[in-house]
Amino acid sequence: MPPAPSQAAAAIELEGLKRDYGGRPALDGVSLTLGAGETLVVLGPNGAGKSTLLRVLSTLLRPHGGSVRVLGHELPREAWAVRARIGYVGHEPLLYRDLSGRENLVLHARLHRVATERVAELLEAVGMSRRADEPVYTYSRGMVQRTAVARALLHDPELLLLDEPRANLDPTAAELIAPLLEGRARVITSHDPSDADGADGVLGLREGRPHALEGLYA
Amino acid sequence: MRSTVDALLRKELRLELRNREAIPAMLLFSVTTFVVFHFGLQRDSVDGALAAGVLWVTMLFAAMLGANRLFVAETEGGALDGLLLAPIDRTAIYVAKALAFGGFLVAVQLVAVPAFYLLLLGPGGGDAVLGLIAVLALADIGIAVAATLVAGLATQTRSRELLVSLLGLPLLLPVIIGAARATAPLFAAGGAESIPAKWLLVLGLYDLVFGLLAFAVFDFLLED
Amino acid sequence: MYGKGLRPLSLITCVALTGAFALAFFYAPMDADQGISQKIFYVHVPMAIVALGGFVAGGLYSIAHLRTGDRGYDLKSYVAIHLSQILAVGTLITGSIWARASWGHWWVWDEPTLVSFLIVFLLYCCYQPLRFSIEDPERQARYASVFAITAGAFVPLNFLAVRLAQSYTHPRVLGTTDGLPAKMALAFYIAVVAMALLYVTLWKYEMASKHARNRLRSIRRGLGEDIGLTRSASPQ
Repeated sequence: MPPAPSQAAAAIELEGLKRDYGGRPALDGVSLTLGAGETLVVLGPNGAGKSTLLRVLSTLLRPHGGSVRVLGHELPREAWAVRARIGYVGHEPLLYRDLSGRENLVLHARLHRVATERVAELLEAVGMSRRADEPVYTYSRGMVQRTAVARALLHDPELLLLDEPRANLDPTAAELIAPLLEGRARVITSHDPSDADGADGVLGLREGRPHALEGLYA
Repeated sequence: MRSTVDALLRKELRLELRNREAIPAMLLFSVTTFVVFHFGLQRDSVDGALAAGVLWVTMLFAAMLGANRLFVAETEGGALDGLLLAPIDRTAIYVAKALAFGGFLVAVQLVAVPAFYLLLLGPGGGDAVLGLIAVLALADIGIAVAATLVAGLATQTRSRELLVSLLGLPLLLPVIIGAARATAPLFAAGGAESIPAKWLLVLGLYDLVFGLLAFAVFDFLLED
Repeated sequence: MYGKGLRPLSLITCVALTGAFALAFFYAPMDADQGISQKIFYVHVPMAIVALGGFVAGGLYSIAHLRTGDRGYDLKSYVAIHLSQILAVGTLITGSIWARASWGHWWVWDEPTLVSFLIVFLLYCCYQPLRFSIEDPERQARYASVFAITAGAFVPLNFLAVRLAQSYTHPRVLGTTDGLPAKMALAFYIAVVAMALLYVTLWKYEMASKHARNRLRSIRRGLGEDIGLTRSASPQ
C-alpha cells in the first residue's frame, strides 16, 4: 500500500549541487525543492546529467559542491539514514543475473529488513509471479525492468528515483506498474517532453546546468 | 551486521553453486598442476620442504585464479549498486566475500590435498593429518583475507586480472613462507615431525593484522 | 609553503652527506675481512632503512587521507612512496654490488634481508600502475590509499616472516650495532641521519613542485581554460 502523503519535511532540497566527472562538471549548480508526495520530471538531451542527478540523490554518488538534503537528511553525511527510505530504478537493473527474480528480491528484502512475504506480493503486482523462479538472464528486457521496479518498491520507499522507467516496458506492462509508483515523491527522468504533463515540477537540464524548456533539445 | 553477512553469504554460496565460477577452476588447476609436477620433477615421490613448496605454491596460484572471479557477479547488471543502496554496513560485503572465498578454498582442498597425497607424496605421508589441518586453516584465513581485499581493489580498475596477481602474490608471500615452513616437517621422509610453533604464530599474526586492516579499509573502496 | 626553509635544509643535508662520507672513508676503520668493499655498508643499509621508513610514512599519510578526506595527504603519500621506491632501487643495486664483492655472487637467495626487500620492492612497483589504471582522481586517491596502508602494514610482517626463515650469511647490522666498533657505529649513525635528511629534502622539493603544478592547473581552470584532466598516475 502506498504511504499516505505526510506533512513532513520536503522530499528534496538542492542548492547549487555540483558533481564533477573527469575534471569537468557533470552537474553545475542545480537547485530545486520537491515537496512530499510530489512528482518532478527531469528532461534533457543525452549527457545532460539526468542520470548523475539521480545517482547523487540516491546516495550512490557524493556531491562535490552545494548542499543536498533528501527526506530531511543531509548528504553525504547522513546517507545511511536515507537509504532505507528511497527506491532507485536506474539504467541497470541492480540484479544478479544468475539468481532468479525471487532470489534477488528475497536478498534485498533481507538487506532492507523487510518481511519476505512482501516478495510474493510485489512479484504478483508486477506480473512476474509465473517466471519468478527462473534466472534473471532468461528474462526479456521488459521482465527485467519489472523485476527491478519490484526490487525498488520492496521497502515501501517515500521517494522514488526513476531513470527513464518506461524505456523497456511495453504499454501493458507500463500500465501495470503505474499505480505502484503513485502516492510517493518521485523524480523521473525522461526524453519525452509529454511526460511532463501532470507533474508537479519540471526541470530542464543541459550540460549539467538548469535550462529553460524551450530550446532544450536544440 | 550478522544477519546482513548471513544474507550475503547465502547469496555467495548460491551463486557459486549456480554458475560454478571459482571452485571447479581452482580444483582443476590444482590437480593438473600436481600431475605436471609429478612428471616434471622426475621422482617417484617428494617429501619434506620440496613437497610443502609444491603444495603451497600450487594453492597460491589456484587462489589467484579464484580471486580473479571474486567480484565478477557484482559488476554485471549493477548488482553492486543494489548492495550499496541497502541500509547495511558495507563492511559486511567484505566479510561475506572473504568467508565465502575461504569456504571455496576449503572445498578445493578437500579434494586437492588427497590428490596431492596420491600423486606426489611418498608412502610415509599419511600420519600428520591434524597438524596439516591446522596449517591449512590458518593459511586459508590469511589467503581469503588478503585475496578478497586485493580482488576488491583490482576489480574496478582497468587491468583487473593482472593487478590481482601482481598485488596478491607479494602480499601473500608471508603466508606461503609460513605455511610451507610449517608443513615441511609434516612431510618429512622418515615420518611426520612436529611443526615449529613460530610458523603458526607468523600465520596467526598475519591473519590478525590483515584481517583487521581489511575490515577497516574495505569500505573506502566502495564509496563514490 | 613547501619551499619554506628549503635552502637551509638543503645546506644541512649537504653538510651531513659530506660528513657521513668523510667519516665512512677516513674515520671508520677498514673491515678486516671485506676490505674496502665493506664501505658500501654505509650507503646500502641507511638507504634501506630510510626507504622502508618512507613506505611506512606513506601508509600513515594514507590513513590520514582516508580519515579526513583531504587529498593533500594523498599527495604526500604518493611522493613518499615514490621516493622510497627510488631509494629501494638504490638499495638493491648497492646490496648486489656488496654481495658480489663479499661473497662472489650478484644475488644470494638465502639472504632474508635482500629477499624480503625485493618482495617489498616488487609490491610497490604495482603502486603507480594501480594509480594509472584509475581515471577518476578521487577514486584513484582512495584506492591508492587503501593500497598504501595495506602495503605499509605488510612491510614489517614480511620482514618478520623472511627473517625467521633465515640463514646466517648476511651480516645482521640492525640488531648488532653494539657489535660494531664505536667508530664504525658513529659513522653508521651519521650516515643514517644524512640519508634521512636527503630523503626529507627531496620529499620537500617534489612536494613543492607538484603543489605548484596543481595550483597552476586550478588557477587556469578557474580562469575558464578548459583543461579537464590528463590521465596520470600522480595526484591531481
